[in-house]
Amino acid sequence: MNSLWSITLATLAKDIRLEWRSKDALNAMLFFSLLVVVIFSFSFDPLAEESRHIVGGLIWVAFLFAAVVALNQTWARELRNQVLDAYRISPAPANALFLAKAMGNFIFVGLLEALMTPLFIVFYNLRALGPAWQLIPVAVLGTWALVVNGTFFAAMSVRTRSRELMLPLLLFPISIPAVLGMVQATTAILTGEESARFWIVLLLTYDVVFTTACLALFGAILHAE
Amino acid sequence: MTISDPSSATRSSGCVVVKGLIKQFGRFAALRGVTAEFAAGKFYAILGDNGAGKTTLLRTLAGLSSPTSGEVSILGASPRAACRDIGYMAHPSLLYDEMSGLENLRYFARLYGIAGDQRCEQVIRAVGLDPKLARPVGQYSQGMRQRMSLARAILHDPQILLLDEPFSNVDMHSAREMVALLKSMREAGKTIFLVTHQASLLAGAADEFVWMELGKIVDRTRSIPPDFPAERAQ
Repeated sequence: MNSLWSITLATLAKDIRLEWRSKDALNAMLFFSLLVVVIFSFSFDPLAEESRHIVGGLIWVAFLFAAVVALNQTWARELRNQVLDAYRISPAPANALFLAKAMGNFIFVGLLEALMTPLFIVFYNLRALGPAWQLIPVAVLGTWALVVNGTFFAAMSVRTRSRELMLPLLLFPISIPAVLGMVQATTAILTGEESARFWIVLLLTYDVVFTTACLALFGAILHAE
Repeated sequence: MTISDPSSATRSSGCVVVKGLIKQFGRFAALRGVTAEFAAGKFYAILGDNGAGKTTLLRTLAGLSSPTSGEVSILGASPRAACRDIGYMAHPSLLYDEMSGLENLRYFARLYGIAGDQRCEQVIRAVGLDPKLARPVGQYSQGMRQRMSLARAILHDPQILLLDEPFSNVDMHSAREMVALLKSMREAGKTIFLVTHQASLLAGAADEFVWMELGKIVDRTRSIPPDFPAERAQ
């Protein structure tokens, strides 16, 4: 267990260092999300009341699409110079790599959300009528739901010829319950019309189930040829 | 400079055994029933034309490729179970281009539970590089990258070294230095498998030349045959 966390943290630190130096994923995600915010704000010109109903969908779809960029980058850098082989032949546990990658993606997507949310608030003139603090668990659980499956399916698709296409094809259908939970919870909090508790519990359950499944299966994915 | 842990010499009594090894990629058979036994503490040069199955054999010994059928035993265990005793150097560098050599080795050392920088600096010096070189590996020359790749492979002081074309794009002087380093490792009791097209570099260094052709070991000799074409021996 000690070695699992020590290797997880070493791999996470290495990934953050690589991203800091290359900024491949962060730049691409930021520009993509920025475009989505600007294009949507020009396409619709909603009143504040209408915004509360639609922005939950807009914001999470924007983050989902942007996350795919980061997820593809995560494993692509392990394939350059076949560095992943060095991990595969080491005694390091497979789950340490998976956890580090998922945590790294969580940090990158979380950073994106922290930077983009104020823009959404300004462009759509948002003000929550429900308990705004509940947006924090929704963001944390929702982001983890996206990155845990995304990291797993990105690892599955990384050695396929058309990985950029494969990842959304695998990830989006399985993320539907999570996206539904995120959008409904966000809308419920923004409009204050109903409680978001059910959707938060759904997100928590989704996270527990898929994190467990991904951890159980990742070893087979890593060592597959 | 010694680059081996002296206490590890007691572990070097095992050997590598492959039995009826077949590896197919779709309909193409890269290995067609390789059966061989390799003694511990010897230096084996694996030679053969492109497509002979040398790299596939090495990847199978490293545990990176599962055989379609047949068995591989490394020191009496499967390659995965024996991973601490295996050092593998591939044709690509297996290094992160954006990090310096020391940063790379520091990370890989953690995977093997090696703490501190001492061992990393020791192996970097052993391959003739400067541990303080801050340049990212992506800016290294091909020869420096090969040396750093060798440093990564020997970082955890493995009993068995699997080296895939370590001299490609390396100048003759550096290649001879690498051979001298490998000889000293063999003398320290390590078992070395080295795939190369430059057989002449290993004359006097390798204990045995293993000749592969069309996925099979066709011959094992103690020296390069005199009738071996000179241009192939270079």
